[in-house]
Amino acid sequence: MGIAGYLALIVWAVFVNNFVLSQFLGICPFMGVSKKVESAVGMAAAVLFVITMASIITFLLYNALLVPWDLQYLKTILFILVIAALVQFVEMVIKKVSPTLFAALGIFLPLITTNCAVLGAALLAIQKDFNFMKTLVFGMASAVGFGLVLILFAAIRERLALNVATPKAMKGMPIALITASILSLAFLGFSGMVRM
Amino acid sequence: MSNQSLGSVFTRGLIKENPLLVLLLGMCPSLAVTTSVMNGLGMGVAVIFVLMCSNIVISLLRKVIPSAVRIPAFVVVIASFVTIVDMVMEGFAPDLHAALGVFIPLIVVNCIILARAEAFASKNSVLASAIDGLGMGLGFTLALVLVSAVREILGNGSILGINILGEGFAASPVLIMILPPGGFLTLGIIIAIMNKLRRA
Repeated sequence: MGIAGYLALIVWAVFVNNFVLSQFLGICPFMGVSKKVESAVGMAAAVLFVITMASIITFLLYNALLVPWDLQYLKTILFILVIAALVQFVEMVIKKVSPTLFAALGIFLPLITTNCAVLGAALLAIQKDFNFMKTLVFGMASAVGFGLVLILFAAIRERLALNVATPKAMKGMPIALITASILSLAFLGFSGMVRM
Repeated sequence: MSNQSLGSVFTRGLIKENPLLVLLLGMCPSLAVTTSVMNGLGMGVAVIFVLMCSNIVISLLRKVIPSAVRIPAFVVVIASFVTIVDMVMEGFAPDLHAALGVFIPLIVVNCIILARAEAFASKNSVLASAIDGLGMGLGFTLALVLVSAVREILGNGSILGINILGEGFAASPVLIMILPPGGFLTLGIIIAIMNKLRRA
């Protein structure tokens, strides 16, 4: 696959097949950490890092460990353990290397273990039979798509909280879901642009 | 917990503490698989099984698991049952397995299951934990069926694949309801209605 192929894969993963708005992966952090743009940026950065690392490691482990011994059915258990360990490891490294970044990301890091976007990216790459390069590009582009939508959504919610008189029953989650619905409608415009 | 009867442990998850509509847990699968009632039911049954089994095992092991490593231990137990469901479904209901796709293995990271393990099963007896798992799982299934019924009726004019709104509607349904925006919209409105009813 040439450069054009990778570009198409990136556009597909970021816009057409966006993790949040068309795949419904990572809805919990999408709803939970989108009240402020600042925290959304922190979460987006942390997720980008963890998904990229997890894609590489799970790809290598799957092909080096599970495939030779015909243990593919163990992938869910192995991947979730790898992700949990990875998140823990990333937390310790960032704490040591850059205390400022740790303070900024701190509370979001442990939450990433239960972010289904991370496990989803690893499982989808295996399911689609991607090679190493494609897995890496797919993981990164998906995470960028997640981050982009998270930050967009946080900006919208900040304005919503300030300017809109919301009925009592619609406050909080309902209005957030309906906002996400309109955002998802907008992203539907990208569908069919690139076929994978 | 002793002053709470097993009956109330069971009914609590159905409406008052419905995991999806009140506790707002497990959003990803409930948006992704609710394009038809069949898919919603399939997902619900898979979650009931995993939730009950993991609650029972975690409750049995609650005195053995050191609290420092309890989360990884819970996750391994949950992942084992999810793998079983994945394999059983692939063998006996391949169509459903294909429709639910990656969301079957993703039951592992469904917050409901870890939340019940942490909040209930790790502190309560085996019987109470099993009943809690069943109640919460049924509550989740009810919510999934509700969301998917709205989406299937409006988006396809049918329920469980049977046409109920007539040929004219089925020829030009509100297609957006089974597309992603319809998922967000339906869940948002149902939660708003729940909020209104609970306050009234």
